[in-house]
Amino acid sequence: MKIIVCLKQVPKNDSILRINEQGTWIQDRDLTYEINESDQYALEAALQLKEKHGGEVIALSLGPARVQTVIKEALARGADRGIHLEDATLDNLDAFGISTAIAAAAKAEGFDLLLTGLQSDDYGYAQTGVIAAELLGLPHATIVMDVQATDGGIRVKRELENGFFQWVSMPAPAVLTIQSGINTLRYATLKGIMAAKKKEIKKLDAAGLGLDTASLTPKMQFRRVYVPVKSKQTQFLEGSPAEVAAKLIEKLKNEARVF
Amino acid sequence: MSLSFNLTDEQWQIKKSVREFAEAEIKPHVQEWDEAQHFPRELFAKMGALGLTGVLFPEEYGGAGMGYVEYALIIEELSRIDGAIGLSVAAHNSLCTNHLYQYGTAAQRERFVTPLAKGEKLGAWALTEPGSGSDASGMKTQAIPRDGGWVINGAKNFITHGISADTAVVLAITNREMRSRGISAFIVEHGAKGFLAGKKENKLGVRASETASLIFEDCWVPKENLLGEPGRGFVNAMQILDGGRISIAALALGIAQGAYESALKYAQERKQFGQPIFDFQGIQFKLADMATQIDAARLLIWRAAWMKDNKQQTTRESAMAKLYASEIAVKVCEEAIQIHGGYGYTKDYPPEKHWRDSKICTIGEGTSEVQRLVIARQLLTS
Repeated sequence: MKIIVCLKQVPKNDSILRINEQGTWIQDRDLTYEINESDQYALEAALQLKEKHGGEVIALSLGPARVQTVIKEALARGADRGIHLEDATLDNLDAFGISTAIAAAAKAEGFDLLLTGLQSDDYGYAQTGVIAAELLGLPHATIVMDVQATDGGIRVKRELENGFFQWVSMPAPAVLTIQSGINTLRYATLKGIMAAKKKEIKKLDAAGLGLDTASLTPKMQFRRVYVPVKSKQTQFLEGSPAEVAAKLIEKLKNEARVF
Repeated sequence: MSLSFNLTDEQWQIKKSVREFAEAEIKPHVQEWDEAQHFPRELFAKMGALGLTGVLFPEEYGGAGMGYVEYALIIEELSRIDGAIGLSVAAHNSLCTNHLYQYGTAAQRERFVTPLAKGEKLGAWALTEPGSGSDASGMKTQAIPRDGGWVINGAKNFITHGISADTAVVLAITNREMRSRGISAFIVEHGAKGFLAGKKENKLGVRASETASLIFEDCWVPKENLLGEPGRGFVNAMQILDGGRISIAALALGIAQGAYESALKYAQERKQFGQPIFDFQGIQFKLADMATQIDAARLLIWRAAWMKDNKQQTTRESAMAKLYASEIAVKVCEEAIQIHGGYGYTKDYPPEKHWRDSKICTIGEGTSEVQRLVIARQLLTS
């Protein structure tokens, strides 16, 4: 089974978060980075499938030079090789643009399964895998908790709402978005870290992927990022208990809009 | 001379992986193990799978084939969470297993180093005796040739893994008149007749690391268990300690780092007089001193480790790193408690344990006073 796992580098959850001078996003220089949480579970799911059924696991990441650490970490944990999509024109894309680049790289490589995490810890769109599947014309399943290989395809367990689950049989190749916490992440061993030095990381840019970067101009943009303003207002209602209750309900309904 | 303070990508990854392991597998149990004085033997299998039980040894002997820089990073990261585990891993790697690897024959390496490096077996290294600590050559334990082997009689004290070890390297006198040049090293396996574990020490700190005495009563070992040349045991042991001291320095560094991080976080969260206590200059100065001392210790350790990896004599540099790191660790931990105020004096916050753990670093593998002697002697020879 040939599996491509998409890994996003996101700010560490204990990073110092300060809004940048333009007020459009958080300040880069204060950040330290890590692999997006659900992507780590996607990588582990891929490694376990490879151990069971053989094949190859390819770690794919898009971003500036610093995302190489994400790919190297995946290689140290057991991925066979890496693909780094690095191009200044691919920075600051929206979910559609990122999915387009990933779909192009995955198509060129060929695969049985393309895995992403359920959603990223920074933007949290939960769209990358779904859009990539649509662009590739492939079936997809989201919020996947288990993946089993079957004859000619796969069977996946999806998480629904309210504690319900759903098993779905689908053909391969397919795109899956993986839920966090579904397996036990492995540590990179000392031998794995040293072995990773010899593994290939292929670099691809927009031209190499045949992308029309003009068409990837973000269709969405951040106008302003801000910390919610805390406010507190106290009002004293007067009258008989019945009158106070009626006023309270009116205020909750029309001012606080809790109904 | 090239001078760089940048870790390689691989070294960063090692640090990160060990940190993840320590935070997930050790941190949840630190207080429980400490209070119960429980030595988590089972943790060694997990650490073995990561490669932490054979850091310095080639892959052909089941090791990870790393150097002292990586080794120091690993001990620091383990000790940042629990000094007891850092100490156990240090004693297993750079004392017992390293003595076997450095001075063992090919057959001894194959038989003893491989299972130790893989974490399948646990090692101990026995030099100190009830009557000889700093004056190690004043030992009384004796080995005399008999029946194609050696018979060992005597007692060893304060031995890490004294009860649980599968393999012990034991220093004993083989020629009393030759004094320090009449000491040899022997491999004694768990279960050997006449090899008994004595009492487990009830310690101030590093309580999850097992420390016990060893008793030898007519303990016979075959001649193949003589380790290194007869009469070279003490000299070899001193060379082993040159490397071992780097790991004790890293142990002290990790303990100090853990206490410092706790103090830095607490200072930003704790409010008094309407502001975080970090905003008071008195607290800022303490944290600035702590950070500076930790950095200076780390640089001394990295220098000694780098020199060791480059096959240079590190007697002076290892002693300097060990002396400085262990002394600042005690100070940093004490200041961390002070910053935590009353809470720092309780077991609800980490610095109390870090402080207790730190003290062993100024005593074990050569006291601070012995380190100063070693450094001073080197000043006259270099």
